[in-house]
Amino acid sequence: MKRVEPLIFDLSSPGRVAYSLPAVDVPAAPLERLLPAGALRGRAPRLPEVSEIDVIRHFVRLSRLNYGVDLGMYPLGSCTMKYSPKINEDAARMAGFTELHPYQPEETVQGALELLYQTQCFLAAIGGVDKVSLQPAAGAHGELTGLLIIKKYHESRGERRNKVIIPDSAHGTNPASAVTCGMETVEVKSDERGGVDLDALAAVLDEGVAALMLTNPNTLGLFDENMRRIAEMVHAKGGLLHYDGANVNAIMGITRPGDAGFDVVHFNLHKTFSTPHGGGGPGAGPVGVKKLLEPFLPVPTVGRDGERFFLEDDRPQSIGRMKSFYGNFNVVVKAYAFIRSLGPDGLKRVSEDAVLNANYLMRRLQPYFDLPYDRHCMHEFVLSGRRQKNENGVRTLDMAKRILDYGLHPPTNYFPLIVEECLMIEPTESESVETLDEFADVLITIAGEAKENPDVVKSAPHDTPVLRLDEVLAARQLNLRWKKG
Amino acid sequence: MKYLPHTEADRKKMLETIGVSRMEDLFADIPEGVRFKGRLDVPPALSDPELMRHLRELASRNRTVDDYTSYLGGGAYDHFLPSVVDHVASRNEFYTAYTPYQPEVSQGTLQTMYEYQSLMCELLGMDVSNASMYDGATAAAEAALISCRHTERKKAAVAATVHPEWRQVLRTYMWGRDLEVVELPHAGGVTDVERAKALLGPDVACLIVQHPNFFGCLEPVEELEKLAHAAGGLFVAGVDPISLGVLKPPGEYGADFAVGEGQSLGNHLNFGGPYLGFFTCTEKLMRRMPGRISGQTLDANGQRGFVLALATREQHIRREKATSNICSNEALCALAAAVYLTTLGPRGIKHVAELCLHKAHYLHDRVAMLERFKPAFSAPFFKEFVVRSQLPAGRVISGLLEDRIMAGPDVGRFYPDLKDHLLFCVTERRTREELDHLVARLEGSL
Repeated sequence: MKRVEPLIFDLSSPGRVAYSLPAVDVPAAPLERLLPAGALRGRAPRLPEVSEIDVIRHFVRLSRLNYGVDLGMYPLGSCTMKYSPKINEDAARMAGFTELHPYQPEETVQGALELLYQTQCFLAAIGGVDKVSLQPAAGAHGELTGLLIIKKYHESRGERRNKVIIPDSAHGTNPASAVTCGMETVEVKSDERGGVDLDALAAVLDEGVAALMLTNPNTLGLFDENMRRIAEMVHAKGGLLHYDGANVNAIMGITRPGDAGFDVVHFNLHKTFSTPHGGGGPGAGPVGVKKLLEPFLPVPTVGRDGERFFLEDDRPQSIGRMKSFYGNFNVVVKAYAFIRSLGPDGLKRVSEDAVLNANYLMRRLQPYFDLPYDRHCMHEFVLSGRRQKNENGVRTLDMAKRILDYGLHPPTNYFPLIVEECLMIEPTESESVETLDEFADVLITIAGEAKENPDVVKSAPHDTPVLRLDEVLAARQLNLRWKKG
Repeated sequence: MKYLPHTEADRKKMLETIGVSRMEDLFADIPEGVRFKGRLDVPPALSDPELMRHLRELASRNRTVDDYTSYLGGGAYDHFLPSVVDHVASRNEFYTAYTPYQPEVSQGTLQTMYEYQSLMCELLGMDVSNASMYDGATAAAEAALISCRHTERKKAAVAATVHPEWRQVLRTYMWGRDLEVVELPHAGGVTDVERAKALLGPDVACLIVQHPNFFGCLEPVEELEKLAHAAGGLFVAGVDPISLGVLKPPGEYGADFAVGEGQSLGNHLNFGGPYLGFFTCTEKLMRRMPGRISGQTLDANGQRGFVLALATREQHIRREKATSNICSNEALCALAAAVYLTTLGPRGIKHVAELCLHKAHYLHDRVAMLERFKPAFSAPFFKEFVVRSQLPAGRVISGLLEDRIMAGPDVGRFYPDLKDHLLFCVTERRTREELDHLVARLEGSL
């Protein structure tokens, strides 16, 4: 297989076209008479000139250089890449959903509004919250929305609170989101069981705390048993709690953050609810809140009046808008189909099997790697490559790259930051025991190679479309676009 | 259950390997007090045929822009989608791929991101593009935040003619950072340069202008650029990418940031999302840019390849010091945009733009001859224009709807002083026959 595909610009040949459009069928004055001369484009943009077959072959060839969940397992901790059911795709491609303009009269989009309304309700039920906004476009956007809601709540009470407490195991988006809403972050360390250290928490809690953000299960894959206690401690000081929903895949029908005292819960539809990631987006990051925060939700949400569904704009205390229109509707269609396909018992089974798969892999791999937290995990777990690094000079990065040679995708690595040489593994419920065994066998083989033939691991990958790429060169000699030669 | 491959025998065997006897044991860390004892309040599972029937029924309760003749614009456009776009975007290797964190097995995504960036730079005449953001509104808001950081000022100026929802998002983001927004009033559908002059003081971090603006009118961008820079601020141009087939690109009138809604480049309307925000800037501001970027490099054999570049700006490395909290792009939408621009090429983009321009002007000139409807503004425009109606806007919309025409939207929704004004958009998909029919309906006053 040819592995280097030329840039589309290099396939260009002047005069070729890949489009077909009609001639102008109305009287057409010269452009200069319709628009001021100074407003007109001089030189045409240097877009490629190719025919249709060039377009198709170029992009199909590029697609073949990609790994995707339809090709194999993605054990990416905290990134939850489960299988994306095809019926969801069929649904999302129905013209009755794709060819709707956001400003159509409400009576012409009742089916779409009902779907949005129902999804709001389903997510509220899953999170144990009262009302959900589907507007945020991604998980980090949902975090930002949640924190802005919290900021507005404190403002409405005439309070200026500026601190957001974040555990040291949190995703990088948590502190970045806090800063985006003008707050300072205070990090609390984890205790030896991997949960929030309650003494450390008590020491930083005061009347300046706006919120605590918690991912539970956390990024170590461990359930923080003190969830309710943490909520009580933060509430006692007047702060609120934001639940980062990156790991909801572990808890559906098992525990609900709203019931444990959390005020804001965000969801990642592209993780838990099976909408595909598309190479990095689009996702969707709906946010649910308890009653007391409803007035501050972004506008609009979808309301119901008997059999009629409508956009609710009238929320004077709202934080405003987080994006244009109503959220990533087409992503919501897929999540809706997933929820309807599984029902309440199926969703619970998803979480059970996700947890079962993670524990199974953890126990199969435990003899070969360091296991920093030896307790039952939830949907994911972390291993450390400390042993391989110290004894064989093989880093986790090398092992991750070696996994590629076996045709599989590596786990998340070097995150969470609190575990040395970390490998963070989340198999999801999609994978069969045979697939899990295959993955475990590959890791065990690589652990053996690290001892016996470390160089083959350190120089990996050997069998991929490109070999290890020079990131330093990429940073030093920035080349971020094609330029005419 | 078809998405859950385990048989009961598998589960039993796995529990044995783990060393527990029941599934329950794995959840021992969840205290009784926070266990959910009920059954989730979602409807019972549907089989595939039942689910398809249900989804078709929901979809059938929507009227599409294919069933009707649509004049809806205002930030989302029903441009024609060449068939190749969906065929490429439906490749499993693209849509079921994760973020390209392992570049060796993500060259498809990374190269298309790089090509997308290159195509956008060419179209916009800008130096650098990121690999896309959530949508046009958030891209504009991020540009304002960066401007404040870059100039160490606390105020963003935005033209009142910028899309109302962009301005709402801008206000939300700016309030979040405890920053201020000032709006520049319009006169006759375009920004009032004289009054802008007075409002653009030395405390302004940037000026955000949309060109063509929400009303479809061309803004005096060259004068506004001079004002923004004279005040020591940055100039942010929001543009309609299709318009750049005929309009001067923002790189040629001094934009520091050029942003916008990329939906019209190969993406379905999808009732408002997902879309893609494009975000481009000058080389000078490159390191301030939020979002993912693909960069070219070499592999261990010296062969060309692509990686995520400038990652040290991003949250997963910089945490609270990141340029933005953004953690994803709209990669699949950006892929569609790249395929669209490749398919159209330099001639196609000009052709589409000219079709929109001429058809919109034809409709505009015909409406100008009507008695109860008149174009509201006289400024030059591209593919949209505002019509002042002597009839209530709601009646016009519902009257036309009965004839399977989607008019609007009602501009008065966003600008209370423009009550009974409608924003008409004409894309290349409208035919002369349809335009004549619309005029006849308006002439007969519905």
